[in-house]
Amino acid sequence: MAEQTAAPRSAGELFNVFTWLALQGFGGVLPVAQRELVDRQRWLSREQFLEMLSVAQVLPGPNIVNLALMIGDRFFGWRGAFAAMAGILLAPLVLVLVLAVLAKQAQGLPALGGAVNGALRGMGFVASGLILAMAFKLSLSLRGNPLGLAGCAVLFALTVLSVGWLRWPLATTVLGLGPAATALAWWRLRP
Amino acid sequence: MPLAGEWLVGPGLLSAADWVALFTHFLMLSLLAIGGAITTLPDMHRLVVADRGWLSHAEFTASVALAQAAPGPNVLFVAVIGFNVGGLAGVAATMVGTLLPSTTLALFAARLGQRYRASRGLRSVTSGLAPLTIGLLVATGWILLEPLRSTLDSARLWAGVLLVLATVALMVRTKVSPLWPIGAGALAGILGLV
Repeated sequence: MAEQTAAPRSAGELFNVFTWLALQGFGGVLPVAQRELVDRQRWLSREQFLEMLSVAQVLPGPNIVNLALMIGDRFFGWRGAFAAMAGILLAPLVLVLVLAVLAKQAQGLPALGGAVNGALRGMGFVASGLILAMAFKLSLSLRGNPLGLAGCAVLFALTVLSVGWLRWPLATTVLGLGPAATALAWWRLRP
Repeated sequence: MPLAGEWLVGPGLLSAADWVALFTHFLMLSLLAIGGAITTLPDMHRLVVADRGWLSHAEFTASVALAQAAPGPNVLFVAVIGFNVGGLAGVAATMVGTLLPSTTLALFAARLGQRYRASRGLRSVTSGLAPLTIGLLVATGWILLEPLRSTLDSARLWAGVLLVLATVALMVRTKVSPLWPIGAGALAGILGLV
């Protein structure tokens, strides 16, 4: 059992650890975050990590950024929250923008342009596959959902249809279906 | 070599009103990002590609692919889209828009959330929104396949479908790093297979 046995010494240390874990996260930072923060640094127990993650997932916005904010806030208040968020975003942001500039430059060169366009096209299909795999894995957790399998299936289908097929605005879908789904879950969870 | 101005504000596609629209649209999406920033991708596509035509399908998908191939949080795909639409000013408009409302809310709501996480109200919200989140992820995957539909010769079409299915199977069945399928996809693209 991973117990919390340590705490960061300063906001600077928070920044460094979050920078380091963000730079290791290819295709998602969450698994790396769990390994660094719980298993290696021992700043959080496994239970504390899961509790914070479940709250970070309910809140809108990027989950891992919300999680970093909450962990930073836990140790050093606003300063910690800011340090952890800057750590997780800054270095990867600079890196990805450098890549974007290099890709743009290479696309302009006759010798390289075709290859770069082809590589980006192939990687785009893989990106789609990565996201579909994430959807599949998450769908397994619907098993214990109070909406029931039929309720989940209907809400899932309506979401895919309106956003993916009809291309309705996200606000229409989330603000239309979200409250209805929440109300149904509330009713199903009645004591 | 592009001018320095292009790095700052992009290829000059946006009028002043467009900049306001870009920023406010991403501000709004921030609070609708249930289950992560990637779930707002279909709506970003709607604004940037379908409505305004600032990027083509291929440019949009390439932006996301580039971000996926680099380390760091998934939300950085927003920065690459911002950069390709409007240079560094585009990065600022899209990233500040995407992060400001959600992080402000997270800072205030986090302490409350931890106290009430077992309550019926919060459990209703999480379990109610779960199927929507999964639906948005599937819609996102679907929209990223848009360039596949421009493939006219059927051999490349099927190779593309195979690449997507193999990626899904690999990610679901094994624990290998996503860098492997990303590398394979890049290679298949360079060789003109997909």
